[in-house]
Amino acid sequence: MDFEQNMHKIACHECDLVHDIPPMPARASACCVRCGSLLFRSQKNSIDRTLAWSIAGLVLYFVAVSYPFLAMKSGAIVQQTSLLSGVEQLFNQRIYFLATLVLLTCVILPLLQLLSLLYIFIPFKLNRRSKFAIPVFRLLGHIKAWSMMEIYMLGILVAIVKLAKMATIVPGLAVIAFGLLIFVLNFALSAVDHHMVWERLERES
Amino acid sequence: MKKKYLSAKSMGLVSCHDCHLLSRWPKSSTSGVVTCPRCGSELHQRKPNSLTRTWALLFAAMIFYIPANVLPMTVTTALGAVQADTIMSGVIYFLHSGSWQIGMVIFIASIFVPFMKFMILIYLLLSVQFKSTKQPKNRIRLYQLTEAVGRWSMLDVYVVTILIALVKLGILAEIAAGPAVLYFAFVVVLTMLAAESFDPRLIWDVVEEES
Repeated sequence: MDFEQNMHKIACHECDLVHDIPPMPARASACCVRCGSLLFRSQKNSIDRTLAWSIAGLVLYFVAVSYPFLAMKSGAIVQQTSLLSGVEQLFNQRIYFLATLVLLTCVILPLLQLLSLLYIFIPFKLNRRSKFAIPVFRLLGHIKAWSMMEIYMLGILVAIVKLAKMATIVPGLAVIAFGLLIFVLNFALSAVDHHMVWERLERES
Repeated sequence: MKKKYLSAKSMGLVSCHDCHLLSRWPKSSTSGVVTCPRCGSELHQRKPNSLTRTWALLFAAMIFYIPANVLPMTVTTALGAVQADTIMSGVIYFLHSGSWQIGMVIFIASIFVPFMKFMILIYLLLSVQFKSTKQPKNRIRLYQLTEAVGRWSMLDVYVVTILIALVKLGILAEIAAGPAVLYFAFVVVLTMLAAESFDPRLIWDVVEEES
């Protein structure tokens, strides 16, 4: 059995069972017959949809980092913050590990995800291929679990309730952009047809 | 009628962890490292030292879980009065102040989920080590559950980050991060790494051997 013949075969990542995958219709998912885990999902217009959501995401990202995030009003005092204020405070308190962790999981990795998608999919649209597409696409798979914007959003909600007795919290434009970005980034990532991407990268390498 | 299932390993194949390509596993591994012909990532039929690594990370996480719960998460200074809050006292505050839903969210994310992750991973590790063949499908579900919910424990770390950014009113009120936040972040990161280093395929290897 050589490499060429195995092209249509795929092993389940959770139980290692080998499956023969027939050509799949668009928007179908294949599940493992033994353990029921998702093998992969085929997509329709994967390139266009991924690009559209990623570009929208990038716009929202810049709004989220540059506009006022949350403001606290207590009597006459108004305390304005941005997305990065919390990280800055952690740095000031010299808890560097934590500051880096929050910075990575809520600010840097989401941006990296958007940029990686654009780096891979813009050349696809132009029928070309980026030079480092393979390592970048591998990286994209690894950072997914560590991008945690949705949890940060829940954190905002908890903080608002916690401070409700002490002050009024006014959400800024950036919070709305941040909240939308969570959805948009997820749409962009789920529009990626992994099988198609690897086939392309393989063919042209 | 029982179907004969064949795993990639038993067929002498290996599945790439990054690009899912199935390729032939060299019989005589002359050079130590085998790489994927498509994406170049290192190939392993099973994650290397999966059980030992998962145990180590899990124990480290369990040790940090203690200071994370005992030490204060936030230190609030309001008009000269200093108040230190642990995770549990934060939950109790919410329960008393009427927003018990938020209290439940914090309790589940910060106390229950890490504890549940410890229990599930210990159970999975022991079940593989004692070669259990019971309910492999349910054990896979448990594993997928720990992978999916583990990250939500970061919630309290973010709450503290947001609080210390917002409440900076000088002598009126100020919130500082307590030492527990760091330990708590360690717990979350270590349990995530522990879940990642566990190889669910080991569960099925035992089932295949026995049948």
